[in-house]
Amino acid sequence: MTTEALIRVSGLKKHFGGGKIKALDGVDAEIRRGEVVVVIGPSGSGKSTFLRCLNLLELPTEGTVAFEGVDITDRSVNINLFRRKIGMVFQHFNLFPHKTVLENITLAPRKLKRLGAAEAEGKAMELLAKVGLPDRASAYPSQLSGGQKQRVAIVRALCMEPDVMLFDEPTSALDPEMVGEVLDVMKDLARSGMTMVVVTHEMRFAREVGDRVIFMDCGRIIEENTPSEIFDNPQSDRLRQFLAKVL
Amino acid sequence: MSDWLEKFKSDFILNFITKDRWKYLWRGLGNTLEITLIALLLGIAIGVVIAVIRSTYDKNRDSMRRGLGYCLLRLGDFICRVYLTIIRGTPVIVQLMIIYYVVFASSNNGVAIAMLAFGINSGAYVAEIIRGGIMSIDPGQFEAGRSLGFSYVQTMRHIIIPQAFKVVLPSLANEFIVLLKETAVAGYVSVMDLTKGGDIIRGVTYSSFMPLIAVALIYLVMVMFFTWLVGKLERRLRSGDH
Ligand SMILES: Nc1ncnc2c1ncn2[C@@H]1O[C@H](COP(=O)(O)OP(=O)(O)OP(=O)(O)O)[C@@H](O)[C@H]1O
Ligand SMILES: [Mg+2]
Repeated sequence: MTTEALIRVSGLKKHFGGGKIKALDGVDAEIRRGEVVVVIGPSGSGKSTFLRCLNLLELPTEGTVAFEGVDITDRSVNINLFRRKIGMVFQHFNLFPHKTVLENITLAPRKLKRLGAAEAEGKAMELLAKVGLPDRASAYPSQLSGGQKQRVAIVRALCMEPDVMLFDEPTSALDPEMVGEVLDVMKDLARSGMTMVVVTHEMRFAREVGDRVIFMDCGRIIEENTPSEIFDNPQSDRLRQFLAKVL
Repeated sequence: MSDWLEKFKSDFILNFITKDRWKYLWRGLGNTLEITLIALLLGIAIGVVIAVIRSTYDKNRDSMRRGLGYCLLRLGDFICRVYLTIIRGTPVIVQLMIIYYVVFASSNNGVAIAMLAFGINSGAYVAEIIRGGIMSIDPGQFEAGRSLGFSYVQTMRHIIIPQAFKVVLPSLANEFIVLLKETAVAGYVSVMDLTKGGDIIRGVTYSSFMPLIAVALIYLVMVMFFTWLVGKLERRLRSGDH
């Protein structure tokens, strides 16, 4: 692991409702290349908002997000070009229901990277094989289980060859027996060296896979450390209270 | 009884067979269908543009950066709303006559003008249908598209509009049926549609029953047929999930 910052967030604030809700209230953070950062915290603490600010799905009220040294909150930046390098996986999969699995995966590479059909499909099939779904290429999302849908969603993001993958509670909408298959894919991905930012309630995953854990509350980062320090040696009361509830 | 039958027969011959008068109905029907179809396609084209502008403004006006893009969008939304208000606030026949006698006063291509007028009229209704379809799509679809790097317009085109269309397909088919009947006023601008065709026969034979009932029956059969088709379509869409 190098120490180069892939993403650097400074003074990030996000207010909703004309300033009444401070979803993010001054966040500074760094995501380094090859690192797996897990974001934990109580409901409403701003985890999703933080993640969504990283690819500007949410426009920050204040502060900057620098991606590979470029401030992407700058108005002259074409955010669409940067989003190609930032994969995102959602809690509710958000697969395109009118397209097959293969079409879901190849749509962006073909339209945005101008890959030929054969090349895009070859890559998609390779990735599908990696997540154990080579035989579902021609299925529609409605014909898949939740765990399968999420694995396809991960492949869809990966097929753009992103530099970083963002996950917003990727297993929260799954039946318990399907959580494992998705976490396994994410573990493989982490092992392959992918930079990942993962919002999750899976504390075992955080401990096993995370290089660093960020604990958020009330729109701020309260604590930030290695998993073992966070879980075994929490410094703040709020983290201790949170851990007592979830562990 | 046989008297009545005799009279019916001679009436029928007089109105439809003599001098090939049935051709008025046949050609009129052709015009009616042509005007309806082209008007609907034009209406869909107008409707999609308006629906995209209006739903974009609705969804993003609070979160957008205030800049040129925002101003243009706001202006676009305003123009769309003016259009919708005018079109939905005036009778279609008045719109048709204004376009024929005022806007294109020098042209007498009635069929083309009727297509245009009914298209512009239909656009207002189609716009609201499609806007409803766009608004019904899960916002997560938008986010998935944008997160992959698609621009707003690309996301609309490849992801949102195709899904919205599926949702509103039955409503669009219904709009076709409504339009089919509405075009019956095209005769006001000297277009020989189905209604006008029947009226022409009435004018030369001086019998009203036969031609007008024939016209009514033809409309009825077409509407019943298309309604049945829409029903089938709806069932297909409901059973298939993609
Ligand atoms: N679009 C929005 N409009 C208004 N308020 C919002 C919006 N999105 C988030 N919020 C508010 O911002 C705060 C932070 O929300 P966020 O979704 O980031 O929390 P979270 O940590 O992801 O919570 P959870 O664990 O429940 O997903 C909450 O109070 C939430 O209600
Ligand atoms: Mg959340």
